[in-house]
Amino acid sequence: MTDTSSQISDVEQFDAQAVNAAWARKPLYEARKKIFPKRASGQFRKFKWIIMALTLGIYYLTPWIRWDRGPYAPDQAVLVDLANRRFYFFFIEIWPQEFIYVAGLLVMAGFGLFLVTSVVGRAWCGYTCPQTVWVDLFLVVERAIEGERNQRMKLDAAPWSSGKLIKRVSKHTIWLFIAIATGGAWIFYFADAPTLLVDAMTGKAATVAYLTVAVLTATTYVFGGLLREQVCTYMCPWPRIQAAMLDESSLAVTYNDWRGEPRSRHAKKVKAQGKVVGDCVDCNACVVVCPMGIDIRDGQQLECITCALCIDACDSVMDKIGKPRGLISYATLSEYSENMALATAGGTTDINPDLVRGSDGKLSEKIRQFDWRVILRFRTLVYFSIWALVGIGLLVALGARDRLGVNVLHDRNPQFVRLSDGSIRNGYTVKLLNMIPEPRVIFLSLEGLPGATMSITGIDQPEGRSFAIPVDPDRLRTVKVYIRQPLSEVLPGKTAFRLVAADKGSNETDTYTASFDAPTEK
Amino acid sequence: MSEKHIDEISGVETTGHEWDGIRELNNPMPRWWVITFYLTIIWAVGYMIAYPAWPLINTATTGVLGYSSRAEVAKELSAAQESQAQYVTRIAQMPVGEIANHPDLLQFAVAGGSAAFKVNCVQCHGSGAQGAPGYPNLNDDSWLWGGDIDAIYQSIAHGVRFEGDDDARYSEMPAFADILEPGQIREVSAYVYSLTNPPRDAGLIAAGSEIYAENCASCHGDDAMGDVEFGAPNLADAIWFYGNSEAEIASQIANPKHGVMPGWVDRLGEPAIKQLAVFVHALGGGQ
Repeated sequence: MTDTSSQISDVEQFDAQAVNAAWARKPLYEARKKIFPKRASGQFRKFKWIIMALTLGIYYLTPWIRWDRGPYAPDQAVLVDLANRRFYFFFIEIWPQEFIYVAGLLVMAGFGLFLVTSVVGRAWCGYTCPQTVWVDLFLVVERAIEGERNQRMKLDAAPWSSGKLIKRVSKHTIWLFIAIATGGAWIFYFADAPTLLVDAMTGKAATVAYLTVAVLTATTYVFGGLLREQVCTYMCPWPRIQAAMLDESSLAVTYNDWRGEPRSRHAKKVKAQGKVVGDCVDCNACVVVCPMGIDIRDGQQLECITCALCIDACDSVMDKIGKPRGLISYATLSEYSENMALATAGGTTDINPDLVRGSDGKLSEKIRQFDWRVILRFRTLVYFSIWALVGIGLLVALGARDRLGVNVLHDRNPQFVRLSDGSIRNGYTVKLLNMIPEPRVIFLSLEGLPGATMSITGIDQPEGRSFAIPVDPDRLRTVKVYIRQPLSEVLPGKTAFRLVAADKGSNETDTYTASFDAPTEK
Repeated sequence: MSEKHIDEISGVETTGHEWDGIRELNNPMPRWWVITFYLTIIWAVGYMIAYPAWPLINTATTGVLGYSSRAEVAKELSAAQESQAQYVTRIAQMPVGEIANHPDLLQFAVAGGSAAFKVNCVQCHGSGAQGAPGYPNLNDDSWLWGGDIDAIYQSIAHGVRFEGDDDARYSEMPAFADILEPGQIREVSAYVYSLTNPPRDAGLIAAGSEIYAENCASCHGDDAMGDVEFGAPNLADAIWFYGNSEAEIASQIANPKHGVMPGWVDRLGEPAIKQLAVFVHALGGGQ
């Protein structure tokens, strides 16, 4: 068969492969890897329990705080009254046109977030974000029913049985109850809480209330119970934004590989061989407690919400093996880099933790620790100043704001009317604002326009220059005002004058400068 | 993409797209994201079946739920009409002068009258009811046929010099070109002009005064204040329907123009006329 073989050797061989070669195929989408976080214990876990109790307490209880505002206003301390377009916050009442205060609070929240992030990194994510708090709460339930990490993993892998079914059903039922309570609490911010609770229970509440509860129940259950870390990694923009917010002086949860590497599970044996050994015993305690399922030893990563549970886990291991705490710690990039330079002799060698240890095996004095003074740097001071300025501005504005107001709309069509005696009349729509929850008599008077008199539709008073107008508590009253000036006094064209609203009891006044139109020729 | 580029740090293949040295990692999507995407497609299919969706040549698919935005509008309109019905009924049952005593009805009538005015009246009286030469300004306090609410109602309901309604207000000033000599018309014009303007020719005015007393005072009054009984204009005020120069006055005496306003009650119905009357009365000149 020499023929054939010579034929084969004649054929040109191509260096090619199929685009979908089996060995090179990658999945088009990635299945989620289940995470079974182990419960950590330590100072950060304790702190997180406290924060959780506080934030949940604030969320659930705030609508139930009462605040007496007298007979003409609701007695709920925090209330967003959408129907009447009022927002009540303890001693503050805000009308829609005063939304600037809410905008100011949002600006403060923004700069507060910048400030906190530049100092302690993603502390918001790790401690106070509702997603974190509720996932923590859902995990408490999960642990109580299904047990600790290993039992949960075993249960997950086990085939369906009545025992597994009971556990799963009860877990999801409790989750749903938490979700309903979460969605349910939200609506109490928008109506009188005790009344609404009764209405909601008896099916008398508005459809929108039930819809809101349903939507928030669904999102709480799905985000807190089912999607968990996927929300942080894939849905939330904050992990992306934070990269621009951290600098070399911001605290971040850091694995100090300058003292941890080379890691070894058999430190004594390796040491006996004369090799260098770091503090990390590669026990993976930091990985199993992570609610995001990541390994902090891989360095900074966007998945890390800096909940600091790995610090707790590692510290307890360090305590056990008699090493100083802080192998994983809150550290800034600059102190980390200095310590790294120390451990690598300025980058000339591989990491050698012996360089950062004293002769007694303890960490050397030369190691740079976190210095509280880095908090006070140009950037944080700028953030704080803006935050504080906006805050002070809001307080000043709040203290000085008017609770009595007058707005005037000049009739434009017709601009003026000539009356039979030759006098000129202008019409105005005047809005009187009584922004306190008590009835008031507002005196509206005319300043300027010599000889002019006004008459007000619906106010039974002869033509004059001052009118007493009763206004309901916490309401705006619109009146039609006609101002008439005798021909002898009329100036051609536009003449400015003032309408003054005054409360003689409280001495509050508000002035509106309006204009009076007359023909350009008499 | 002939050449594969692997990102050094993450070890992930890039998409080959590059912006100023920044490359996009070709990480796979999370599976739930893809499932969500498919769910939206399924939702869209369901939506197309349930709601009007596909355009056809003359119409569109109607959808099994039978939704249409036109029907929605009709529903909202009938709901609005239903909610207005109680006011309309009450207005229909009470005399027009009573309406102002009920704040809710007053507010409703002014709003309803304003809407009806914009549709039916602005063509002559102007969008601000300010009138035009020959068409009265409804904002002022000068009323040819009376400015109280009942008089206004009567004028709107039955019109002025309107042939189609027997109750229409009717009066016609004779053409004095047939009665007086041109010189006399000049004299009486000078007199009428002098009532509201500085006098010019005392002789003409004195003669005109006599002619006025003989020919005009019976309708316009001895004091020239007019008479709403006949729709005779006040000649002693600042408001002039057809102008107040001597020539314009003379022209109106010799060959008077007479406007016509149709009666509206048959077309709009009584409640609408009442609302219109309340609205016009509230414009600032009502008595």
